[in-house]
Amino acid sequence: MSAGLDLSQFYETFFDEADELLADMEQTLLAMDIDQPDADQLNAIFRAAHSIKGGAGTFGCFGHLADTTHLLENLLDALRRGEMSLRKDMIDLFLETKDVLTGQVAAYRNSEEPDQEAYERICAQLRQLALEQGGKLPETPQPAPVAPAAAVPAEPAPVAAATTSGSPYRVRVTRIGDKDAEALQAEMALLGTVLRQERAAETLTIWLDTTASAADLEAVCCFIVDAMQVEVISQQPPAAAAQPPAVEAAPVAAQAAPEPAAPAQAAPARPAAPAKAEEPRQKAGEKSGKESSTIRVGVEKVDQIINLVGELVITQAMLVQTASTLDPVLHDRLLNGIEQLERNARDLQESVMSIRMMPMDYVFSRFPRVVRESAAKLGKQIRLTTNGAATELDKSLIERIIDPLTHLVRNSLDHGIEAPEKRIAVGKDPEGHLTLSAQHSGGQIVIEVTDDGSGLNRERILAKAMQQGFPVNENTPDDELWQLIFAPGFSTAEKVTDISGRGVGMDVVRRNIQSLGGHIQLSSRAGKGTTTRIVLPLTLAILDGMSVQVGEEIFILPLTHVTESMQPAPEQVHSVSESEHLLHVRGEYLPIVALHDVFSVDGAQKDISRSIAVIMQAEDSRFALLVDHLVGQQQVVVKNLESNYRKIPGISAATILGDGSVALIVDVFALTRMARRKEAVAGAF
Amino acid sequence: MLHTDANTEQVDDSGREFLVFTLANQEYGIDILKVQEIRGYDSQSVTRIANVPSFIKGVTNLRGIIVPIVDMRIRFNLENVEYNQHTVVVILNLESRVVGVVVDGVSDVLMLRPSQISAAPQFGTALSTEYLTGIGTIGERMLILVDIERLMTSQEMALVEQAAVV
Repeated sequence: MSAGLDLSQFYETFFDEADELLADMEQTLLAMDIDQPDADQLNAIFRAAHSIKGGAGTFGCFGHLADTTHLLENLLDALRRGEMSLRKDMIDLFLETKDVLTGQVAAYRNSEEPDQEAYERICAQLRQLALEQGGKLPETPQPAPVAPAAAVPAEPAPVAAATTSGSPYRVRVTRIGDKDAEALQAEMALLGTVLRQERAAETLTIWLDTTASAADLEAVCCFIVDAMQVEVISQQPPAAAAQPPAVEAAPVAAQAAPEPAAPAQAAPARPAAPAKAEEPRQKAGEKSGKESSTIRVGVEKVDQIINLVGELVITQAMLVQTASTLDPVLHDRLLNGIEQLERNARDLQESVMSIRMMPMDYVFSRFPRVVRESAAKLGKQIRLTTNGAATELDKSLIERIIDPLTHLVRNSLDHGIEAPEKRIAVGKDPEGHLTLSAQHSGGQIVIEVTDDGSGLNRERILAKAMQQGFPVNENTPDDELWQLIFAPGFSTAEKVTDISGRGVGMDVVRRNIQSLGGHIQLSSRAGKGTTTRIVLPLTLAILDGMSVQVGEEIFILPLTHVTESMQPAPEQVHSVSESEHLLHVRGEYLPIVALHDVFSVDGAQKDISRSIAVIMQAEDSRFALLVDHLVGQQQVVVKNLESNYRKIPGISAATILGDGSVALIVDVFALTRMARRKEAVAGAF
Repeated sequence: MLHTDANTEQVDDSGREFLVFTLANQEYGIDILKVQEIRGYDSQSVTRIANVPSFIKGVTNLRGIIVPIVDMRIRFNLENVEYNQHTVVVILNLESRVVGVVVDGVSDVLMLRPSQISAAPQFGTALSTEYLTGIGTIGERMLILVDIERLMTSQEMALVEQAAVV
């Protein structure tokens, strides 16, 4: 075994980081204002490219990645120094480069060779751009030049610094051995010009003039020493004369000599650096602070904790159940303890669940690109606004919401928002507006996709629906008509584009949303636009349930679908046929679904007026569910039935009750479909 | 292969171990490596599921995971299905899932060499030959060796999701 030189164990971390950096790069590129590029943004992109190049170079076996990022870095460097001016086609090229890089990272991750053709093509394009800009180099620099280039001439030490253009950093490493110190000095020399270095006791201090960022310097140091030992700040080297013990001061002094006015103060105090130089230092500080306060953990570890906490909650519920039979006077302390345990368990569960929560930004951040590209392809002008990107949602949900949401966005882009001419013709802003928003509402999250396009075309949907044999007529209300959009095979698009219109979409979207325990609604006004609203539970792992008893069996009803419960009076029940009944509640006739019928439970209460009717609401329909008793409300840990068994009709999942037995969670949507059939019968009557 | 006979006698690496269980009076054998554990049967802890074949008793909680329970005796159309103190559940760990199987009792773990296993004859309808590994013979005893993995994941057991269940 080669001692500690097996770098492959770090590959995964590198790939993860590269992916993140690339995602950041894309975001920054998209946010960039072409006419007035922000220096910070250019720097951020440059740093991302640089870090990837550095990493790829360190491992030495990701040649394509290193080469591509190198070319990209050169261009970006020229840009941020104002030697080039940013153009739209550059952004496009950079975005494309980003895609190629993502592909390369993915290929390397799978131990494959990346696509050679894409690599050659993108490199050729980057080189072309570099050449073409190189020719135009003497052009006047940008009016608002980028930080370091402008800042340097104002600094007291212009000579050496101007050539490397970097800002000087002070790297201080404490508790360092001689051997490490040597290695570190060598590394630093590679990164830039060592202005000065000091070795005192166990501390090594190096003043370095470099283009690398503080974070990069720190990262390099961390290869040799521990992060705790390293301190990197942006600082000019102190005047040589003021520092007596400098062993290798000679070459440094030579460099420091041309300084016009050596600062008089002795201690390594920071010279009055211009504000611009200050800024990146603070940024770097923030960044490293953020890095050290997060850890990267595998999802399966988190899931394991969640499972264990789930078990804990079940055990705790069992204890509560057992303890409820005890005399509170005699077992005062035990009961207090159990109460405390209950609180702690609940807090623990909440904290653990919050680990899985991710901001909606994870989903929203991919849409600027989608919108940009689709808009270009369709010749439309579209502005995207996102609200509530910080709204948090369970990781498993957030990953499964991407596809449906992408579909809805594409629909809006393709069919919703009109072409600019058309918009001008109807007196709208030629630029269409698409809004994505997310917000918490109760125990649910509401995600909306809103466009200010033409809205749904009632006539066309009606004509299409009649043509395809759906049971509709002129009097069908809008809401019902809109529901047809979710019917399989239904599409009103005038032509099928490669973005959407095949009619296989919306029913899949609805099915996906329903499988996540949510529902989808559509509202639209002709000429004004369409809003699609997705309502989802915050998490799939825990559910607020109402436990009900039928015969000897316990079922769990999701509380979000329960609106009320009541004991039906005989005069409220109307029979439509032998087995079909309606419940008359405050002027509304609700179809009655008996749970014991659905799940053929023996020994259940057959007399409707002696059962309990739970009024359930799902999608837009309501029905009355008959049960024998209400047992109670509780939070239950959702257990998947499919992992060891299969999907059971009418059941969405299972849970474990306090006594260790399994209770089934009722699938309200499946019951709704049953209720619908009953409703149809009632309608015929 | 003849010259290696002496070795196989000692090492016997080609033999396989089978868990022997009884259904009615017949002994069956299943690959021991598929068996996770054996538990007593407690009907209280099994939650019934509606609208499924009768041999699926329901689901139970096995240390936090939900496991379906199949009664092999009902599956094989045996008479006298009763639950007594010998009734046990064999928890099987199949490729991707955990399943419990109710049997009349488990008796043995036996090592069978290939020479003791013969091809399965054609049976009636209860258990198709396709789910059998063969017939094992040990002295006077005859074991029906079941390919439990195949049986449990078959369509007719209805334990595994089929395409498009509405």
